[in-house]
Amino acid sequence: MSEKKTIPAPLANEGLPPEERGLFCDAAPREYEPARGAWERFLNWARSESLWLLGFGTGCGAIELRPLMTSRFDMYRYGIQPRPTPRQSSVFVIGGYASVKTLKRIVRSYEQMMGPKFVLALGSCTINGGMYWDSYNTIKRIDQYIPVDVYIAGCMPRPEALLAGFQELKRIIKSGGGEGQNEYARNFDWYKANQKKVIKDWNMPDYNW
Amino acid sequence: MEPTIIGRIGYAFVSLFVITNYGLLLIGSMARISAKVQGRVGQPVWQPYIDIVKSSAKRNSIGHGAMFYLGPVFRLAGGVGTYMFIPAVFGSVLFRNFSDSGDLLLVMYFIFFGQLGMALGAGEGGHPYSAIGVSRGLAQMTAFEVPFALSVIAVAAQYGTLDINAIVAAQQGGFAHWTLATNPLAVIAAIVAFLGMSGHNPFSVVIAPQEIPIGPPTEYQSNLLGMLQTNRAIFNGAKLVLYMNLYFGGATNIVAMVIKTFLIYFVNVFVGQAFPRLRTDQSIRFFLGAPTLVGIASVIIAVI
Repeated sequence: MSEKKTIPAPLANEGLPPEERGLFCDAAPREYEPARGAWERFLNWARSESLWLLGFGTGCGAIELRPLMTSRFDMYRYGIQPRPTPRQSSVFVIGGYASVKTLKRIVRSYEQMMGPKFVLALGSCTINGGMYWDSYNTIKRIDQYIPVDVYIAGCMPRPEALLAGFQELKRIIKSGGGEGQNEYARNFDWYKANQKKVIKDWNMPDYNW
Repeated sequence: MEPTIIGRIGYAFVSLFVITNYGLLLIGSMARISAKVQGRVGQPVWQPYIDIVKSSAKRNSIGHGAMFYLGPVFRLAGGVGTYMFIPAVFGSVLFRNFSDSGDLLLVMYFIFFGQLGMALGAGEGGHPYSAIGVSRGLAQMTAFEVPFALSVIAVAAQYGTLDINAIVAAQQGGFAHWTLATNPLAVIAAIVAFLGMSGHNPFSVVIAPQEIPIGPPTEYQSNLLGMLQTNRAIFNGAKLVLYMNLYFGGATNIVAMVIKTFLIYFVNVFVGQAFPRLRTDQSIRFFLGAPTLVGIASVIIAVI
């Protein structure tokens, strides 16, 4: 974390062919000031009680999301519901191991989400690589690439553990701690450098607004 | 005493406020009823409110051009416009809205105005899934419009007027005077069209939440999405009130309005929980088949 920089550099979008560069954002993300006092507490309460998760199964752990939606665990009663587009969702559940190929999609989807946005990483693979710790093609720690709010350990964690993780995420949001979007903007260069270190064929814009 | 124009605008705002809240609670309670059918507990009844606050409280938002911003504005104008020209409670000054300024054709126009505006806006979003959603939505709309229009023609021919107030007035005096009793075929055609209009199962392929992400509003987020969610409540309320007025004798007080509209909306949930989703081509064939024939029969009955 010591390499973190504070001043964002202008984006070059070097991975894109010149004719496509104009189509994409060339400004780095910026930080957004939270509102103040009771108003922000109210908004945080609303954010925590209406968690729309991005229905993008990034790994084998996504299988645990299905029982959550159906009658046995029923996440809807906690205000959690799946949303198929990153534009509308506020929680990104990283479903276990992330191969480098998936990491590209994770980064693009995460950047397309509107803030405040939260990340819930599930399974040991997102913490230290888990059983894929020496794999040539998976990343080990997801929080080097996008900011993570809650980790749920286990291989696989049960749906109960996921629900406990969601409750923890709600607690964090209500206490005003869910500022992953600002953290990503503040340390944008550090995150980008880490992403580019593992993604060799970087053929996408530097920031997907 | 007849209120002034300022007074009427004030009453219209109160009426709009009531129908917005009623629509939101209706969506919430129907989601909870559906959950019970599926053996779940379901979301809280007030979840739509939290969702709207959450969407509007997003800190950033992206746009794709002027038309993209105008899409939800047109949609909201369609919802509010539909409601403003329907009397929500017959004989009430407060809930009369501006029903004496427009007729049934204007209301029908407003129902489809919002969808067309949304189609233009979603098109500028540039997302391929928006375009697929729009094409499915407009195709299905064209199909269910046929039985709906036939049923409206039957009602207009039966009562000899396009004025909604006059249609409600003609149905007063008990169940035997309702269109449901005098021309049941028109009601059947209209209710089937209503299933398509509401976008619940089996006609939910337009917003098909898993295959094509959420349909036309794929790119909409933040406060634009909050606006669309609010409009959903108003528009639902407006359509229900229109159906109640045309086919179920209207309402002379707000309690009757709530009971009747709740039951009309419940048809959606009842059918939606019992039948799986149809593909677009199947739903078009369906609407242009039996419901259209029933609609034609209802016109013939009304004219004879």
